[in-house]
Amino acid sequence: MDVDNRPPHGRTPGVEEYESGAGLLSYTVGLALAILATIASFVVSQTNLLWPPGITVGLVVLAIAQIGVHLVFFLHLGSGPDHTNNILALAFGVLIVFLVIAGSCWIIANLNANMMPIPPQ
Amino acid sequence: MAAAITGAVPAELAGGQGAGPAPTRIVVAYGFWIFIISDIVMFSGLFAAYAVLSGNTAGGPTGPELFNLRNVFIETLCLLLSSYTCGLGALSAEWRRPGRFLIFAALTFVLGAAFLAIEFSEFARMVSEGAGPSRSAFLSAFFTLVGMHGTHVTIGLLWLIYVVAQVVAKGLRPAVLRRLLCFSLFWHALDIIWIGVMTLVYLMGD
Repeated sequence: MDVDNRPPHGRTPGVEEYESGAGLLSYTVGLALAILATIASFVVSQTNLLWPPGITVGLVVLAIAQIGVHLVFFLHLGSGPDHTNNILALAFGVLIVFLVIAGSCWIIANLNANMMPIPPQ
Repeated sequence: MAAAITGAVPAELAGGQGAGPAPTRIVVAYGFWIFIISDIVMFSGLFAAYAVLSGNTAGGPTGPELFNLRNVFIETLCLLLSSYTCGLGALSAEWRRPGRFLIFAALTFVLGAAFLAIEFSEFARMVSEGAGPSRSAFLSAFFTLVGMHGTHVTIGLLWLIYVVAQVVAKGLRPAVLRRLLCFSLFWHALDIIWIGVMTLVYLMGD
Protein backbone atom coordinates (compact mmCIF):
# COMPACT_ATOMS: atom_id res chain seq x y z
CA MET A 1 0.00 0.00 0.00
CA ASP A 2 2.73 2.40 0.92
CA VAL A 3 4.46 1.63 -2.36
CA ASP A 4 1.40 2.53 -4.41
CA ASN A 5 0.69 5.93 -2.93
CA ARG A 6 4.34 6.95 -2.73
CA PRO A 7 5.01 9.78 -5.12
CA PRO A 8 8.36 10.16 -6.89
CA HIS A 9 11.49 11.11 -4.95
CA GLY A 10 10.17 9.24 -1.91
CA ARG A 11 8.29 12.18 -0.48
CA THR A 12 5.08 11.69 1.43
CA PRO A 13 1.84 12.75 -0.18
CA GLY A 14 0.15 15.74 1.36
CA VAL A 15 -2.35 13.55 3.17
CA GLU A 16 -0.10 13.09 6.17
CA GLU A 17 0.91 16.53 7.33
CA TYR A 18 3.34 16.58 10.23
CA GLU A 19 2.84 18.83 13.19
CA SER A 20 5.09 21.83 13.35
CA GLY A 21 5.21 21.76 17.14
CA ALA A 22 7.66 18.86 17.26
CA GLY A 23 10.65 21.05 16.50
CA LEU A 24 14.27 21.07 17.51
CA LEU A 25 13.60 23.81 20.06
CA SER A 26 10.96 21.69 21.78
CA TYR A 27 13.39 18.80 22.34
CA THR A 28 16.20 21.09 23.47
CA VAL A 29 14.03 22.97 25.97
CA GLY A 30 12.66 19.62 27.18
CA LEU A 31 16.15 18.21 27.71
CA ALA A 32 17.29 21.32 29.61
CA LEU A 33 14.22 21.27 31.89
CA ALA A 34 14.50 17.50 32.46
CA ILE A 35 18.18 17.71 33.44
CA LEU A 36 17.37 20.67 35.70
CA ALA A 37 14.60 18.70 37.44
CA THR A 38 16.87 15.66 37.81
CA ILE A 39 19.67 17.72 39.38
CA ALA A 40 17.12 19.39 41.68
CA SER A 41 15.83 15.96 42.76
CA PHE A 42 19.33 14.73 43.63
CA VAL A 43 20.19 17.96 45.48
CA VAL A 44 16.93 17.87 47.46
CA SER A 45 17.47 14.23 48.43
CA GLN A 46 21.14 14.65 49.42
CA THR A 47 21.05 17.97 51.29
CA ASN A 48 18.92 19.63 53.92
CA LEU A 49 17.91 22.36 51.52
CA LEU A 50 14.30 21.40 52.21
CA TRP A 51 12.90 20.88 55.66
CA PRO A 52 13.79 17.16 56.17
CA PRO A 53 10.23 15.85 56.77
CA GLY A 54 9.19 17.59 53.55
CA ILE A 55 11.86 15.99 51.36
CA THR A 56 9.53 13.17 50.25
CA VAL A 57 6.87 15.64 49.18
CA GLY A 58 9.48 17.73 47.39
CA LEU A 59 10.75 14.70 45.48
CA VAL A 60 7.22 13.71 44.44
CA VAL A 61 6.53 17.24 43.21
CA LEU A 62 9.80 17.31 41.22
CA ALA A 63 9.04 13.86 39.72
CA ILE A 64 5.55 14.95 38.64
CA ALA A 65 6.99 18.15 37.17
CA GLN A 66 9.59 16.18 35.22
CA ILE A 67 6.97 13.72 33.96
CA GLY A 68 4.98 16.73 32.77
CA VAL A 69 8.05 18.09 30.96
CA HIS A 70 8.54 14.72 29.24
CA LEU A 71 4.88 14.49 28.22
CA VAL A 72 4.83 17.98 26.72
CA PHE A 73 8.30 18.36 25.19
CA PHE A 74 9.21 14.77 24.25
CA LEU A 75 5.86 13.06 23.71
CA HIS A 76 4.31 16.30 22.37
CA LEU A 77 1.10 15.89 24.28
CA GLY A 78 -0.72 19.15 23.69
CA SER A 79 -4.14 20.64 24.05
CA GLY A 80 -4.93 20.52 20.33
CA PRO A 81 -7.93 18.63 18.96
CA ASP A 82 -5.63 15.83 17.75
CA HIS A 83 -4.71 15.11 21.34
CA THR A 84 -8.14 14.91 22.96
CA ASN A 85 -8.24 11.11 22.84
CA ASN A 86 -4.63 10.79 24.01
CA ILE A 87 -5.32 13.06 27.01
CA LEU A 88 -8.43 11.07 27.92
CA ALA A 89 -6.50 7.78 27.77
CA LEU A 90 -3.72 9.32 29.88
CA ALA A 91 -6.22 10.59 32.45
CA PHE A 92 -7.70 7.11 32.77
CA GLY A 93 -4.21 5.61 33.09
CA VAL A 94 -3.28 8.10 35.82
CA LEU A 95 -6.48 7.19 37.69
CA ILE A 96 -5.65 3.46 37.57
CA VAL A 97 -2.01 4.02 38.57
CA PHE A 98 -3.11 6.17 41.50
CA LEU A 99 -5.69 3.58 42.63
CA VAL A 100 -3.20 0.68 42.42
CA ILE A 101 -0.30 2.40 44.21
CA ALA A 102 -2.18 4.46 46.80
CA GLY A 103 -4.69 1.65 47.44
CA SER A 104 -1.94 -0.94 47.97
CA CYS A 105 -0.01 1.29 50.35
CA TRP A 106 -3.17 2.15 52.30
CA ILE A 107 -4.36 -1.45 52.64
CA ILE A 108 -0.96 -2.92 53.55
CA ALA A 109 -0.27 -0.12 56.06
CA ASN A 110 -3.56 -1.02 57.75
CA LEU A 111 -2.68 -4.72 57.75
CA ASN A 112 0.76 -4.00 59.19
CA ALA A 113 -0.78 -1.85 61.92
CA ASN A 114 -3.15 -4.67 62.88
CA MET A 115 -0.52 -7.43 62.94
CA MET A 116 -0.07 -9.27 66.21
CA PRO A 117 3.28 -8.35 67.75
CA ILE A 118 5.94 -10.95 66.97
CA PRO A 119 7.16 -12.50 70.24
CA PRO A 120 10.91 -12.23 70.79
CA GLN A 121 12.64 -15.51 70.02
CA MET B 1 -27.52 7.55 13.13
CA ALA B 2 -26.16 7.98 9.64
CA ALA B 3 -22.66 8.31 11.02
CA ALA B 4 -22.94 4.96 12.77
CA ILE B 5 -24.23 3.22 9.67
CA THR B 6 -21.59 4.51 7.30
CA GLY B 7 -18.84 4.22 9.86
CA ALA B 8 -17.88 7.85 9.39
CA VAL B 9 -16.25 9.59 12.33
CA PRO B 10 -17.97 12.81 13.43
CA ALA B 11 -15.91 15.83 12.50
CA GLU B 12 -15.37 16.93 16.08
CA LEU B 13 -13.86 13.54 16.92
CA ALA B 14 -11.77 13.25 13.77
CA GLY B 15 -8.91 15.39 14.99
CA GLY B 16 -10.34 18.64 13.76
CA GLN B 17 -9.71 17.74 10.15
CA GLY B 18 -13.10 19.08 9.16
CA ALA B 19 -14.54 15.84 7.83
CA GLY B 20 -13.58 12.25 7.36
CA PRO B 21 -11.45 10.01 9.54
CA ALA B 22 -8.25 11.18 11.22
CA PRO B 23 -4.94 10.66 9.35
CA THR B 24 -3.34 7.24 9.75
CA ARG B 25 -0.47 8.77 11.70
CA ILE B 26 -2.84 10.11 14.38
CA VAL B 27 -4.72 6.80 14.61
CA VAL B 28 -1.52 4.72 14.85
CA ALA B 29 -0.07 7.01 17.52
CA TYR B 30 -3.32 6.77 19.49
CA GLY B 31 -3.34 2.98 19.35
CA PHE B 32 0.28 2.81 20.46
CA TRP B 33 -0.43 5.35 23.19
CA ILE B 34 -3.08 2.97 24.57
CA PHE B 35 -0.41 0.24 24.70
CA ILE B 36 1.99 2.57 26.53
CA ILE B 37 -0.70 3.46 29.08
CA SER B 38 -1.37 -0.26 29.68
CA ASP B 39 2.38 -0.81 30.10
CA ILE B 40 2.49 1.98 32.68
CA VAL B 41 -0.47 0.40 34.50
CA MET B 42 1.52 -2.87 34.58
CA PHE B 43 4.48 -0.99 36.05
CA SER B 44 2.19 0.56 38.67
CA GLY B 45 1.68 -2.93 40.11
CA LEU B 46 5.46 -3.34 40.46
CA PHE B 47 5.77 0.17 41.95
CA ALA B 48 3.05 -0.69 44.47
CA ALA B 49 4.82 -3.96 45.36
CA TYR B 50 8.09 -2.09 45.87
CA ALA B 51 6.47 0.65 47.94
CA VAL B 52 4.86 -1.96 50.18
CA LEU B 53 7.92 -4.23 50.52
CA SER B 54 10.77 -1.70 50.60
CA GLY B 55 11.01 -1.84 54.39
CA ASN B 56 11.03 -5.64 54.63
CA THR B 57 14.76 -6.26 54.47
CA ALA B 58 14.70 -9.43 56.62
CA GLY B 59 17.82 -8.29 58.45
CA GLY B 60 19.68 -7.95 55.16
CA PRO B 61 21.17 -4.90 53.49
CA THR B 62 18.99 -1.82 53.09
CA GLY B 63 18.74 0.50 50.12
CA PRO B 64 21.15 3.23 51.32
CA GLU B 65 23.79 0.56 51.98
CA LEU B 66 23.50 -0.81 48.45
CA PHE B 67 22.75 2.07 46.11
CA ASN B 68 25.43 4.13 44.41
CA LEU B 69 23.73 7.44 43.65
CA ARG B 70 26.56 8.68 41.43
CA ASN B 71 25.92 5.77 39.07
CA VAL B 72 22.16 6.40 39.23
CA PHE B 73 22.76 10.01 38.19
CA ILE B 74 24.92 8.90 35.24
CA GLU B 75 22.25 6.34 34.26
CA THR B 76 19.61 9.09 34.34
CA LEU B 77 21.72 11.38 32.18
CA CYS B 78 22.27 8.53 29.68
CA LEU B 79 18.51 7.96 29.40
CA LEU B 80 17.67 11.68 29.09
CA LEU B 81 20.32 12.24 26.41
CA SER B 82 19.24 9.13 24.51
CA SER B 83 15.66 10.46 24.57
CA TYR B 84 16.98 13.73 23.15
CA THR B 85 18.96 12.04 20.36
CA CYS B 86 15.95 9.81 19.64
CA GLY B 87 13.80 12.92 19.21
CA LEU B 88 16.41 14.54 16.95
CA GLY B 89 16.57 11.28 14.96
CA ALA B 90 12.79 11.32 14.50
CA LEU B 91 13.01 14.96 13.36
CA SER B 92 15.79 14.12 10.87
CA ALA B 93 13.63 11.29 9.50
CA GLU B 94 10.67 13.64 9.08
CA TRP B 95 12.93 16.13 7.33
CA ARG B 96 14.17 13.33 5.01
CA ARG B 97 17.79 13.33 6.17
CA PRO B 98 18.61 9.60 6.33
CA GLY B 99 22.29 10.23 7.09
CA ARG B 100 21.58 12.38 10.12
CA PHE B 101 18.88 9.94 11.21
CA LEU B 102 21.43 7.10 11.24
CA ILE B 103 23.90 9.17 13.30
CA PHE B 104 21.24 10.05 15.90
CA ALA B 105 19.96 6.47 15.97
CA ALA B 106 23.51 5.24 16.64
CA LEU B 107 23.90 7.80 19.47
CA THR B 108 20.55 6.70 20.92
CA PHE B 109 21.70 3.08 20.82
CA VAL B 110 25.06 3.82 22.45
CA LEU B 111 23.49 5.86 25.26
CA GLY B 112 20.83 3.20 25.89
CA ALA B 113 23.50 0.49 25.91
CA ALA B 114 25.60 2.55 28.35
CA PHE B 115 22.59 2.77 30.67
CA LEU B 116 22.13 -1.00 30.49
CA ALA B 117 25.83 -1.66 31.08
CA ILE B 118 25.86 0.47 34.26
CA GLU B 119 22.64 -1.13 35.50
CA PHE B 120 23.93 -4.65 34.81
CA SER B 121 27.24 -4.00 36.60
CA GLU B 122 25.30 -2.65 39.60
CA PHE B 123 23.13 -5.79 39.63
CA ALA B 124 26.20 -8.01 39.36
CA ARG B 125 27.89 -6.16 42.22
CA MET B 126 24.82 -6.50 44.45
CA VAL B 127 24.47 -10.23 43.71
CA SER B 128 28.18 -10.78 44.40
CA GLU B 129 27.75 -9.01 47.77
CA GLY B 130 25.04 -11.52 48.69
CA ALA B 131 22.23 -9.02 48.02
CA GLY B 132 20.53 -10.98 45.24
CA PRO B 133 16.78 -11.09 44.59
CA SER B 134 16.32 -14.04 46.98
CA ARG B 135 17.85 -12.23 49.99
CA SER B 136 14.75 -10.32 51.14
CA ALA B 137 11.31 -9.16 50.01
CA PHE B 138 12.80 -5.69 49.53
CA LEU B 139 15.43 -7.02 47.12
CA SER B 140 12.91 -9.23 45.28
CA ALA B 141 10.74 -6.17 44.64
CA PHE B 142 13.79 -4.07 43.74
CA PHE B 143 15.13 -6.52 41.16
CA THR B 144 11.65 -7.08 39.70
CA LEU B 145 10.89 -3.37 39.28
CA VAL B 146 14.31 -2.15 38.11
CA GLY B 147 14.92 -5.32 36.10
CA MET B 148 11.58 -4.93 34.31
CA HIS B 149 12.56 -1.40 33.29
CA GLY B 150 15.94 -2.74 32.12
CA THR B 151 14.14 -5.44 30.11
CA HIS B 152 12.07 -2.75 28.43
CA VAL B 153 15.24 -0.82 27.55
CA THR B 154 16.74 -4.02 26.11
CA ILE B 155 13.65 -4.61 23.99
CA GLY B 156 13.81 -0.97 22.92
CA LEU B 157 17.41 -1.38 21.73
CA LEU B 158 16.50 -4.49 19.70
CA TRP B 159 13.52 -2.61 18.26
CA LEU B 160 15.77 0.33 17.37
CA ILE B 161 18.02 -2.02 15.34
CA TYR B 162 14.90 -3.32 13.59
CA VAL B 163 13.64 0.19 12.78
CA VAL B 164 17.05 1.29 11.49
CA ALA B 165 17.22 -1.82 9.31
CA GLN B 166 13.80 -0.92 7.87
CA VAL B 167 14.91 2.65 7.15
CA VAL B 168 18.02 1.34 5.40
CA ALA B 169 16.15 -1.33 3.43
CA LYS B 170 12.93 0.52 2.58
CA GLY B 171 13.76 4.19 2.91
CA LEU B 172 11.81 6.87 4.78
CA ARG B 173 8.40 5.98 3.42
CA PRO B 174 5.23 6.80 5.45
CA ALA B 175 4.75 3.31 6.92
CA VAL B 176 8.37 3.21 8.13
CA LEU B 177 7.99 6.71 9.59
CA ARG B 178 4.94 5.55 11.54
CA ARG B 179 6.92 2.63 12.98
CA LEU B 180 9.67 5.06 13.91
CA LEU B 181 7.05 7.25 15.60
CA CYS B 182 5.89 4.27 17.69
CA PHE B 183 9.47 3.49 18.66
CA SER B 184 10.15 7.05 19.77
CA LEU B 185 6.92 7.10 21.81
CA PHE B 186 8.08 3.88 23.51
CA TRP B 187 11.56 5.26 24.15
CA HIS B 188 10.28 8.52 25.64
CA ALA B 189 7.77 6.60 27.79
CA LEU B 190 10.62 4.53 29.29
CA ASP B 191 12.07 7.80 30.58
CA ILE B 192 8.83 8.53 32.40
CA ILE B 193 9.00 5.10 34.08
CA TRP B 194 12.64 5.75 35.00
CA ILE B 195 11.75 9.04 36.70
CA GLY B 196 9.42 7.02 38.94
CA VAL B 197 12.12 4.41 39.61
CA MET B 198 14.75 7.06 40.32
CA THR B 199 12.49 8.97 42.71
CA LEU B 200 10.81 6.10 44.56
CA VAL B 201 13.67 3.58 44.68
CA TYR B 202 16.89 5.54 44.76
CA LEU B 203 16.15 9.02 46.10
CA MET B 204 13.36 8.31 48.60
CA GLY B 205 15.10 5.15 49.83
CA ASP B 206 18.25 7.08 50.58
